[in-house]
Amino acid sequence: MSFLAITRATLAKDIRLEWRSKDAINAMLFFSLLVVVIFSFAFDPTAEESRRIAGGLVWVAFLFAAIVALNQTWARELRNQVLDAYRVSPAPAIPLFISKAVGNFVFVAVLEALMTPLFIAFYKLRALGPAWQLLPIALLGTWALVVNGTFFAAMSLRTRAREIMLPLLLFPLSIPALLGMVNSTTAVLTGESSPTFWIALLVAYDVVFTVACLLLFETVLEAE
Amino acid sequence: MKHGFTVLAVITAVLLSFALYTALVMAPVEQTMGNVYRIFYYHVPSAIVAFGLFFINFGASLVYLIRRNTKADMLALVCAEVGVVFCTVNLITGSIWARPVWGIWWTWDMRLTLTLVLWLIYVSYLVLRRFSTSSQTALLAAVLAIFGALDVPLVYFSIWFFRTQHPSPVMGGGGSLDPHMGYALLLNFVAFAFLAWLVCWTRYRLEVAQRAVHEAEAMQSLMEGAR
Amino acid sequence: MSETQSTPVVVADGLIKQFGRFAALRGVTGEFAGGKLYVILGDNGAGKTTLLRTIAGLAYVTRGKISVLGSTEIKASRAEIGYMAHPSLLYDEMSGMENLRYFSELYGIPAPDVDKRCRDAIASVKLDPDLERPVGQYSQGMRQRMSLARALLNDPKLLLLDEPFSNVDARSAAEMAMLVAQARDRGKTVFVVTHQPAQLEAYADEFIWMELGRIVDRTATLGGHQ
Repeated sequence: MSFLAITRATLAKDIRLEWRSKDAINAMLFFSLLVVVIFSFAFDPTAEESRRIAGGLVWVAFLFAAIVALNQTWARELRNQVLDAYRVSPAPAIPLFISKAVGNFVFVAVLEALMTPLFIAFYKLRALGPAWQLLPIALLGTWALVVNGTFFAAMSLRTRAREIMLPLLLFPLSIPALLGMVNSTTAVLTGESSPTFWIALLVAYDVVFTVACLLLFETVLEAE
Repeated sequence: MKHGFTVLAVITAVLLSFALYTALVMAPVEQTMGNVYRIFYYHVPSAIVAFGLFFINFGASLVYLIRRNTKADMLALVCAEVGVVFCTVNLITGSIWARPVWGIWWTWDMRLTLTLVLWLIYVSYLVLRRFSTSSQTALLAAVLAIFGALDVPLVYFSIWFFRTQHPSPVMGGGGSLDPHMGYALLLNFVAFAFLAWLVCWTRYRLEVAQRAVHEAEAMQSLMEGAR
Repeated sequence: MSETQSTPVVVADGLIKQFGRFAALRGVTGEFAGGKLYVILGDNGAGKTTLLRTIAGLAYVTRGKISVLGSTEIKASRAEIGYMAHPSLLYDEMSGMENLRYFSELYGIPAPDVDKRCRDAIASVKLDPDLERPVGQYSQGMRQRMSLARALLNDPKLLLLDEPFSNVDARSAAEMAMLVAQARDRGKTVFVVTHQPAQLEAYADEFIWMELGRIVDRTATLGGHQ
């Protein structure tokens, strides 16, 4: 039994389960679409300043979509108490965390990939700065949301009002990451400043919290 | 112990009264702001006390995580609660001060933003403690406190850089302090620190008593079952 | 009845489990020898499930010590434990084989053996290994049997079953009772929490009576408790 084998098996299992409950995926995809449309109505895309605010809008929209996705993935483990089956086995806790986090990352990335062209279309977005930088920003930012999101979604399994506990715990801690995502995106879109500092901040955030999550996940998982 | 508490209470009462007098009457009037600035004698010390309490919470949480010591957990809980109160005082006094002086209710300056984020983190800490259904609530809370502590430097740097790009009025004033004001500020800080100590001690005793009651209630049937 | 192990498999000393104002366990003490089938009985709220979960290493006690399979470390014995509860602990959208193949990975069963072990486990509970129907569409009796197959997958030394016969048809219940007895005959130690002790009356070695979070009696027969 190796970490890698268990991570792979759990990830494969999750993907298979996600695929078989297509209803949930379709609902999520539609939800993401709705979020973009609502935002476009609320913040008039024809305004001159759209390029300046788009960074913030896009990431807040991603944040909401991510919260819904994150709540879903642990919910599956609560049905039939199947999480107990994992806990009672000799399998270590970390592969479970990694497979959930990676699974969430892929899922949220798919949602972002769907929402982005819509935002570009609605806001007539065009990057005045180096557009290629948006890719590492997207990856780092998404991981920042997902790594802590997966961790706190697991923690909120041990609370009442589980679904509201996740954003409640996640949002305050995510503030530096949010500043990083939004400001770096805005910097690239407007081309008016360098996103370097913000990207460095995102890297620092990702490293610090990935390590923290890996070290403390077992404590949270076993805290019945 | 009982004597110590009474002594502390008396000292605190004396200090607070004197500090209040110093702040409102003895300290000189400020040049530009007039008497409004006096709220600064509450605003600044409450921030320092709050940050200090949050720091103690971090230390206690760390101890609990490593040693599972119940006293450490109670200390963490107490410091978080009292810290949030002082932090709230700081945020509100800051707002009240800013309005007549700078015409704004809020600004994203370094200190205020950091204080707000800490306040948010610790309120979420208290909510977690209240909403947890686990028997290991203390452990979950300690984990959250660690995460919060890791977050603080990241928050600091992100706001610092943000401010260099978007300068805004700095509240709490920079610049040098008239020695009389410095004296009044120090006195108020000491008074607030004693007050925090007193409140924490009270809350700690309350928590000890509460846990003892819960334990007694939980074990009550043992007596009945043994008959 | 066999007594293949001389050292007790489970040793509990003053177990207390407190949730705020409520104590699920109020001082459980006892030694349980290996190779026996124990049936745990008691009203709701007596602490039966809590005790079983504590033995399984899923729950922690507030005070007291427990030693399972010779170790006080919660995680040490997990490879040797099989656990089953009233919820199935299975993924509804996957078939029986798919479920068991996944759990085989968690137990580190070597790849070439996985298929055979899973098929054997499913066959032993009298279900069809080739059934592709997702477990969520099984009847309750089939689901509990599949859950038992999962619990037996790693050939555990200690088998812990929590209400295995709940809402299960009579035939499935009788089958499971027989399987459980056979497991005991092969040298396993079995603890069963149930409200239907009649199913196991013929097979059980000892009945453990719990009330208000304590063990109040241990009898050899069902009628032995006042």
